Amino acid sequence: MQRFKKQTSWLTVIGLSVILFVFIVPFVLLLFNSVKANKDITSSPLNLPKGFVFSNYTIALDKMNYFHAFANSVIITLFSVLFISLFAAMTAHYFVRHNTKFNQYTFLLMVASMIIPFQAIMIPLVKIYGSLNMLNNKWALIFMYIGFGCSLAIFIYHGFVKSIPKELEEAAMIDGCTPTQTFFRIVFPVLMPTTATITILNVLWIWNDFLLPSLVLVDPLQRTLPLSTFNFYGTYTVDYGPLMASLVLSIFPVVIIYLFAQKYIIQGVMQGSVK
Amino acid sequence: MVTDKGVWSRLRLRLLFTGPTLFAFVAVMIVPFLYGIYLTFTNWDGISTTQSLVGFQNYGSVFKDAEFWKSFGLTLKYVLFTVVFINVLAFLLAYLLTKGLKGQSFFRAGFFLPNLLGGIVLGFIWQFIFNNVLVFLGQKMGIGLFSTSWLSDPNRAFWTLVIVAVWQYAGYMMVIYVAGLTGVPGDILEAASIDGANGWLKMTRMTIPLMVPSFIVCIFLSLQRGFMVYDVNLALTKGGPFKSTELVSMHVYQKAFLSRDYGVGQAEALVLFLIVAVITLLQVYFSKKMEVEA
Repeated sequence: MQRFKKQTSWLTVIGLSVILFVFIVPFVLLLFNSVKANKDITSSPLNLPKGFVFSNYTIALDKMNYFHAFANSVIITLFSVLFISLFAAMTAHYFVRHNTKFNQYTFLLMVASMIIPFQAIMIPLVKIYGSLNMLNNKWALIFMYIGFGCSLAIFIYHGFVKSIPKELEEAAMIDGCTPTQTFFRIVFPVLMPTTATITILNVLWIWNDFLLPSLVLVDPLQRTLPLSTFNFYGTYTVDYGPLMASLVLSIFPVVIIYLFAQKYIIQGVMQGSVK
Repeated sequence: MVTDKGVWSRLRLRLLFTGPTLFAFVAVMIVPFLYGIYLTFTNWDGISTTQSLVGFQNYGSVFKDAEFWKSFGLTLKYVLFTVVFINVLAFLLAYLLTKGLKGQSFFRAGFFLPNLLGGIVLGFIWQFIFNNVLVFLGQKMGIGLFSTSWLSDPNRAFWTLVIVAVWQYAGYMMVIYVAGLTGVPGDILEAASIDGANGWLKMTRMTIPLMVPSFIVCIFLSLQRGFMVYDVNLALTKGGPFKSTELVSMHVYQKAFLSRDYGVGQAEALVLFLIVAVITLLQVYFSKKMEVEA
């Protein structure tokens, strides 16, 4: 019986390894081909690189305007996530502690709105913000991310704020804290694990988002990383090497962070889904 | 005086705490949604500053737009296959990766990897795999199925979308199922073992019924993502060959922004919204009914 168990667990590991191989092999092929010369990519995509064609990367970096796009992506993701977490925590806290009919209905409306697909919003969004001359502006895009992201964040925070004992806040009030001070000194620090979850979910979404930035940011200098990857791939079709390099460059920052924070990222997704 | 100050400070507090989110929410979600409903009754062409009301004409065009219904049917087929395959694979992986195998967190991290990347990048990676790597393999080893690119065959191109979606989301749903599986109390499974239940019985009579909440979440998420997919579709197949893989989200985009039929495009977006809303609500309603307590 023991031996049987051991054997099946070996079979499981082998089976899982095969599936993992299928999952990982596209990335490996991409990495190898990104340093190959064009004729080697098309004639033998499975072979190991013979040398290191450095120009693939320099062309991609240059034509993608990589560092600029990277900076745009960082600014947009950073500020969107920061504002979503902060404002959503405040709102959720206010909703839980001031449980009026108005707040209840507002909360319900926000939760219900999560079912609205972006496609039902995008056309009027472009029309409204276009006529206000607010397209092509990073900060308008960040504002939109707050609007689209706050419902889910408030929903998740709402559940956790309810589990914070009211006495904690009352004690702070008695000690002379204003409601705002109470929130920033007591409640927000306690919400830290939830904030981590919300940060992870939002970073994954905003960093990789394509459709919304493609509608809002028209100027090439404003492009985020996904936009510049798409644009480079769409217009630069001369040879495969630089194209492969551009994909590696888009993947690279995320994979580096993942190597260090994978435990937290997976945990964050887990907690975000259970709620 | 005192109450006056009280009213003001309470209003200030409310504005500070709920103002930013409510303002953004109303300005980005509610106003455009309502304005979008209005737009469906107009003939806006995307350029002119004025538009006139045309009544239900746009909705009439939606029902006559054969391509919309074709891409909608295609999306339904796509959603059906992706939801089934993603969830079966994800559950299987989660089940195997909660048995305390050595290196199970390594496996989990590997399966989750595709979710870190955007659909544009994933689409281009797979375009390379389908156009070059598999064709190369197929010709070298004489496998007829792979000797020509799947992306240039209208029937097989659809399956490339399904394959990429399963590859992309199985790891994400696996993580949710892992959370659900670890939440199934071990003592009741042990009690069942003592009573003589075998693995299959425990799985079908206890574990799966107790995991209904995880199934609700995962099916809900994969349904929504399936209906909304755009970037993978754009990068992988661009809707081709011959529009054979134009999913509904891409169709709405094309209708509005490329054909400049904003009124019809918006009407199609709303029809899509209504259908998706009904399907997801039905799904949640029926699966909630199946929930049991441990």
